[in-house]
Amino acid sequence: MLDIKNLHARIDGKDILKGIDLRIGAGEVHAIMGPNGSGKSTLSKLLAGHDDYTITQGTVSFDGADLLELNPEERAAKGIFLGFQYPVEIPGVSNMVFLKAALNAQRKIRGEKELDAADFLSWVKHRVKQMQMNPAMLSRGVNEGFSGGEKKRNEILQMLVLEPKLMVLDETDSGLDIDALKIVADGINLMRSKERSVLLVTHYQRLLDYVKPDFVHVLAEGRIVKTGGPELALELEEKGYGWIQQAA
Amino acid sequence: MSTNQEDIQALVRNRTYSAGFVTDVDSETIAPGLSEDVVRAISARKQEPEWLLEFRLKAYRRWLKMTEPKWAHVQYPPIDYQAVSYYSAPKSMKDAPKSLDEVDPKLLETYKKLGIPLREQEMLAGVQPQVAVDVVFDSVSVGTTFRKKLAEAGVIFCSISEAVREYPELVRKYLGTVVPFGDNFYAALNSAVFTDGSFVFIPKGVRCPMELSTYFRINERNTGQFERTLIIAEENSHVSYLEGCTAPQRDENQLHAAVVELVALDDAQIKYSTVQNWYPGDENGVGGIYNFVTKRGDCRGQRSKISWTQVETGSAITWKYPSCILRGDDSVGEFYSVALTHHRQQADTGTKMIHIGKRTKSTIVSKGIAAGHGQQAYRGLVRVLPGAEGARNYTQCDSLLIGDKCGAHTFPYTEIRNPSAILEHEATTSKIGEDQLFYARSRGIAEEDAVSMIVNGFCKDVFKELPMEFAVEAQKLLSVSLEGSVG
Repeated sequence: MLDIKNLHARIDGKDILKGIDLRIGAGEVHAIMGPNGSGKSTLSKLLAGHDDYTITQGTVSFDGADLLELNPEERAAKGIFLGFQYPVEIPGVSNMVFLKAALNAQRKIRGEKELDAADFLSWVKHRVKQMQMNPAMLSRGVNEGFSGGEKKRNEILQMLVLEPKLMVLDETDSGLDIDALKIVADGINLMRSKERSVLLVTHYQRLLDYVKPDFVHVLAEGRIVKTGGPELALELEEKGYGWIQQAA
Repeated sequence: MSTNQEDIQALVRNRTYSAGFVTDVDSETIAPGLSEDVVRAISARKQEPEWLLEFRLKAYRRWLKMTEPKWAHVQYPPIDYQAVSYYSAPKSMKDAPKSLDEVDPKLLETYKKLGIPLREQEMLAGVQPQVAVDVVFDSVSVGTTFRKKLAEAGVIFCSISEAVREYPELVRKYLGTVVPFGDNFYAALNSAVFTDGSFVFIPKGVRCPMELSTYFRINERNTGQFERTLIIAEENSHVSYLEGCTAPQRDENQLHAAVVELVALDDAQIKYSTVQNWYPGDENGVGGIYNFVTKRGDCRGQRSKISWTQVETGSAITWKYPSCILRGDDSVGEFYSVALTHHRQQADTGTKMIHIGKRTKSTIVSKGIAAGHGQQAYRGLVRVLPGAEGARNYTQCDSLLIGDKCGAHTFPYTEIRNPSAILEHEATTSKIGEDQLFYARSRGIAEEDAVSMIVNGFCKDVFKELPMEFAVEAQKLLSVSLEGSVG
């Protein structure tokens, strides 16, 4: 589904990614862990189409298309979803209006029929219920005045509504208490299927207790320095990152 | 695919003005120039009583001694007041029509194009939300709808010329009592040469059964529009009034200097909404309307309330400060404003809240959006006089910048002469966030739709004050103004 080859990227003249190779197959869950500043967030934003970064080498293909040729909205319509580490507030624009505009914009790009107000409403309410959120949040501004935990939960709600193929979740677990973490994890698991893939970017093992990864990668200084199964995450939790960086 | 400021500017660069067409009608226009003779000619053509001619002449003589105000944060070449024609009327209007059936079909067509179908509107009555409309084409009113139904409620809604003929005592009692003829340079000019406008009278205890609205249209070249609107709400009455404005696309600047006076007696409420879309000029600042307007409401009675809501997207230059004189005890003044400037548009707008009565309250919410090379100034005065015990004001002014060649400025003035007054002031200036844009785009929303969505969200506090249909219109207008490809 996603095939990243020898990806190099820089920002403000500084090299951040220095040759990433990563393949994610349909139905797989990958976790990327690594110390601060290793390039985890850069990789996530770059996949969604953020243009602060200059790509100096490498290719990224997604479902056979050259991802780097597409703008962010086209990527979204093709099925890439980025759960933001710091979800953005858009005051005065209700979650309902925002989500409907997003879903219908994607459907339009894909040449599908747009949902009318009634169909959309019942769909979004169904998802709100699954995320155990108060439906009143739909008429509030996008992330406006939301707590950190509410924002993260809202990211997962958006994901459930938009039903992407590849879910890139950038530290979605940070700032969540254990109950909220459970709900967020349930949301992610709800979306897992043979056709959908997940890329979890995280610092901690604890999310992986709930969302079991197929592969764990360690990112350090812009490269994937180690890949393993779920047991690698446990090992990292115990020993930290130092030993891998030295070994690499 | 980039979301940097330059591209955001590119998005807002190509604005189209859909009301920019010219209607081909034979017009009778007084030759350009201003003199006592011209003032007399206007008054004679309108068969006005002697007192009104005197009012005009006093204003004209005062105007001659006044100078154009220079304090506003706007720049433009000197205006040659002798090059302007002060009166223009479609010829077919000479023997004023008695009903819409007698109105030149070309004029009806013009309003239809603008989305104001006068005739259908009357026919559809009862099906759609009812709005009575008065339309002013260049210098004259061409027709008012729903007059009968309003008359049954005792409401008078007609052109001011007609009011001068039919209800001279009412006009004489109130005209110039809120904005005196010598109030300021443009108000004096208007008082001398005003040609038409709307007149509204809501008698005691009457809640006006429908929205009232006036559409102003400048059609002739080199013509100024000097309309005069007077709204009187007697004790315990209630009215909501809306004005809309458009003009053809022309290379010359055209002058629009209106005066609006509102009077609210005890327990009366007036809600006055404006959607101003005069031609803004082109990308390089060629052409466009100079919109120099004096609007003032007098909360003359106790517990009266006047509320101004304005959406200003047009005009090359806007200079207007809809104000409230809070004379009656416990009276309330409100000002909600959205002003958008881009290309070379300039706006210096805001309000004045003059607290005279006890426990008077005022609210100011101003949202300024500047794009391209647009310049935007909020200028507001809150004055609390010694007798205004317990006066309160809340002011919020927010500016949103799109790109880095535009500017937003805030000039709040306060003069407090009663220590019991409580004032709150909040102000923010923000750039349309690249992070907001990326967030919306990463969800599939195209960049220009995202810009318009964010701007509409920014204006929400003001739009919710507009009557429903007009809120939708305002939202569309803003989107059209911001989108590069629409229209």
